Amino acid sequence: MSPEPAHADLPMVRATGLHKHFGALHVLRGVSLTVARGEVVAILGPSGSGKSTLLRCLNHLETVQRGSIEIAGQKLASADATGASSYPSDSEVRRICQHTGMVFQHFNLFPHLTVLGNLIEAPITVRKQSRADVVPRAEALLAKVGLADKRDVYPARLSGGQKQRVAIARALAMQPDILLFDEPTSALDPELTGEVLRTMRQLADERMTMLVVTHEMAFAREVAHRVVFMDQGQIVEEQPARDFFIQPRHERARAFLAHML
Amino acid sequence: MDYLLRILPPLLDGAGVTLGLFFITLALSLPLGLALALARLSRFAALRHAVSGFIWLMRGTPLMLQLLFVYYALPFVPVIGVRLPDYPAAVVAFTLNYAAYFAEILRAGIQSIDRGQYEGAKALGMSYPQTMRRIVMPQVWRNTLPPLANETITLVKDTSLIYVLALNDLLRAARGIVQRDFSITPFIVAAAFYLLMTLVLTWVFQRLERQQNAHVA
Repeated sequence: MSPEPAHADLPMVRATGLHKHFGALHVLRGVSLTVARGEVVAILGPSGSGKSTLLRCLNHLETVQRGSIEIAGQKLASADATGASSYPSDSEVRRICQHTGMVFQHFNLFPHLTVLGNLIEAPITVRKQSRADVVPRAEALLAKVGLADKRDVYPARLSGGQKQRVAIARALAMQPDILLFDEPTSALDPELTGEVLRTMRQLADERMTMLVVTHEMAFAREVAHRVVFMDQGQIVEEQPARDFFIQPRHERARAFLAHML
Repeated sequence: MDYLLRILPPLLDGAGVTLGLFFITLALSLPLGLALALARLSRFAALRHAVSGFIWLMRGTPLMLQLLFVYYALPFVPVIGVRLPDYPAAVVAFTLNYAAYFAEILRAGIQSIDRGQYEGAKALGMSYPQTMRRIVMPQVWRNTLPPLANETITLVKDTSLIYVLALNDLLRAARGIVQRDFSITPFIVAAAFYLLMTLVLTWVFQRLERQQNAHVA
């Protein structure tokens, strides 16, 4: 059940005209976004602007009511003639979403499993890979995020920054084509954000496709290729990161930046 | 001492009946309780309501009444209408009753698991059954061990209720000898047996808890 290889020329994400309602609340109001392979895109915006919801729609943690979503060229959500979205079967959704990995604000590590157990659980139960194949790869990933010595420790013993690095390694263990980060440093003490951001920067240098919802302006400016600014359920500005921080075009983006920097 | 040795065989037979009922009930009611807990959390409202009603019935009436009902009244119930021998009747009543209590403990345990655990598993491509089996239930098991242990110890003593079906469990065996010999020694021996069983169970559960809690130490 491994996902088909993604073609290099296809965008990793192509979302078109997304609408999402939570009851009476209209959280996404016609959002379209394309992310190319190897691109790092930062999604910025005030809280409640819909940026986390947008991210969560891309791996089916939320569903959209209107619009279409393609992940690595495969239809996760299809829009009919009227724009209403429909999804394929659960197993097909799972297969398509295997192109994505996600890193959460609150880590969501499995507390009953060791660090290594967290990394090898999904490759073994979902991909049916053998333990002998998975363990060396998991160990290499732990070494990569600087936590090789924490292999047999339970998550409760780790600091927030270490937990988030384990979470990144866990997502990478499934060999996704795109990593979604949902405010990965927001739950961390300020002195622990650096180690997580360093790991993310390293991934960006390796040409990992990344979509990052963040409040870390320095990270967005220095690492992201492109900034998407959202407000009230819409993308109001989209620019190369360099230009966005020098010359935001939209009034609300300027006000947001003035407040954040 | 001679007297003790003389009354021991019938008391041991009684303890055998007690232990048999205990283990069979535990082995049947735990899986049934888990199934009921999952049904109670199902998407299907009809199933949820049916299970809630069943749990209400089982927790809202005395176990003794349920025993008597299964043995004496079930044969007259239309459709189901089966006459069960005394021991199977006891197993059915105990299993249904304890499954209801286990179901409520497990339901609370399942609901206490953070949504982030489901999302973390889903983001890794795990299906709902895989998530329940590999991520949620191991944590539920760990969190609910203390209340499950409580219920299990209560079950040891509740088995004595089967005397109403004239089954020769430990307590009924002891009472028989007390009435025959005008000696209270059998009661003391029976109490010692119950205490011993509880002691063993307490020890087993303590070991399980320690093993399950390795990760928080």
